[in-house]
Amino acid sequence: MARSSDVIVVGGGLVGAAVAYGLAREGASVTILDEGDVAFRASRGNFGLVWVQGKGDGLPDYADWTRRSKDLYQGFADGMLEHNGCDIELKQEGGLSLCLGEDDYSETEASIHRMHNQPGVGENDRRMIGADDVREMVPIIGPEVSGASYSPHDGHVNPLYLLRSLHAAAQQLGARYVSGAKTLSIAKDGDGFRTETEAGIFRSGKLVIAAGIANKWLAPMVGLDIPVRPDRGHILITERMQPVLPTLLVNARQTADGTINFGNSHEEAGYDTSINPAKLAEIAGSIVRYFPILKNVRVVRTWSALRVMAPDGFPIYRESETAPGAFSISCHSGVTLAAAHALDLAPSILNGGFNDRFAAFSPERFHVSPAA
Amino acid sequence: MFRRLPDPRARPVHFTFEGEALTAHSGDSVAAALLGAGIGHSRTTPKSGTARAPYCMMGVCFECLIEIDGVPNRQGCLVEVRDGMAVRRQQGAPGLPEDLAGEGGQ
Repeated sequence: MARSSDVIVVGGGLVGAAVAYGLAREGASVTILDEGDVAFRASRGNFGLVWVQGKGDGLPDYADWTRRSKDLYQGFADGMLEHNGCDIELKQEGGLSLCLGEDDYSETEASIHRMHNQPGVGENDRRMIGADDVREMVPIIGPEVSGASYSPHDGHVNPLYLLRSLHAAAQQLGARYVSGAKTLSIAKDGDGFRTETEAGIFRSGKLVIAAGIANKWLAPMVGLDIPVRPDRGHILITERMQPVLPTLLVNARQTADGTINFGNSHEEAGYDTSINPAKLAEIAGSIVRYFPILKNVRVVRTWSALRVMAPDGFPIYRESETAPGAFSISCHSGVTLAAAHALDLAPSILNGGFNDRFAAFSPERFHVSPAA
Repeated sequence: MFRRLPDPRARPVHFTFEGEALTAHSGDSVAAALLGAGIGHSRTTPKSGTARAPYCMMGVCFECLIEIDGVPNRQGCLVEVRDGMAVRRQQGAPGLPEDLAGEGGQ
């Protein structure tokens, strides 16, 4: 006999776990169906930024949504602690995106002006600062650094602790986690859904597909077209050091344990998570231009992971019109948006009006006739 | 604590640990040389400051991190001991390299 719950969440990564935690907070009975360790798991390979600046160029709703999640984050972190979550090492003390040379500086400045001219985006308080001011915040920058864009809203967490905390808190609130449960098919079943997995059959009233790249294949089972693709990023981890990076950067953060993580690379590589040494060399080469003094610091680990990327880089949220009660949730910022997913998006799944609330993030935007 | 097996091909290698002259066998890793010389701990941890000694001896556990000839955080089990090497305890996490030109990590 199939086990039944109010909501099934397909996917146990940061997006699925955040939604499941939010649903469980609202009192829903939740089952998380997770593929297992063969999954691509962007949630275990990402950089850990809670990042605001620069997001929403072209879609002011995304700037607002990102800012909302950032504003919710401290309460979100505290709330998980009350439910058996762990300390996620949240720090929201501002962040920098460094510029190398004059062209880079003027391009970044132009992007800020462009975003300020879009209604609703000016709130993100991003501004340019000169090299001397950057040096006061990050004393180890090299002579090629021409300045930076700064936002007081940027921050970071330990992303692995975030994932663990979400799972612990969701389960303490009664959510059930099933691993080794790759979803094979989803079908309407009376008023709800029947989900067939490698771990058996599960029934639910509602269904949330939050399976990262796999939404591309799973969402059509509920009548949705979600055109996400993999975007590969690499991360380099140094040996532990005394605190040398007092300010967070978009491509470099020093963790609470002292390692420095370098990242922010993009690559079209299909579904391949192997390491590309040429990409590592490119990242390391740029880091040495930003911080010449780190030239001989030892890199002790590297990996790659696949971001979940929409054609325009923005989230895709939608309730199916042909299978109401089934939702598809996709984004590449599973860390930044975790607070909004848990405390805002999840209640909307239970309370109705989802497609009105998240109209800006509908996949319909990819289907508009170009001749309009 | 450790006793060497006889090795007729080994020749003595002279190095220092915290300034003290020690003798190892040729072919020893720095970590093996320290254990063979009865050194109790070779680093303190960055998090708690407690003492650690080499453990896995095969490059995996990073317990043998040590300063060799002024370069911090080397894996002692992966570096062969040489005559004249100056080895020091790794005390917590290192700071920035002192030479801004970056000649220290070779």
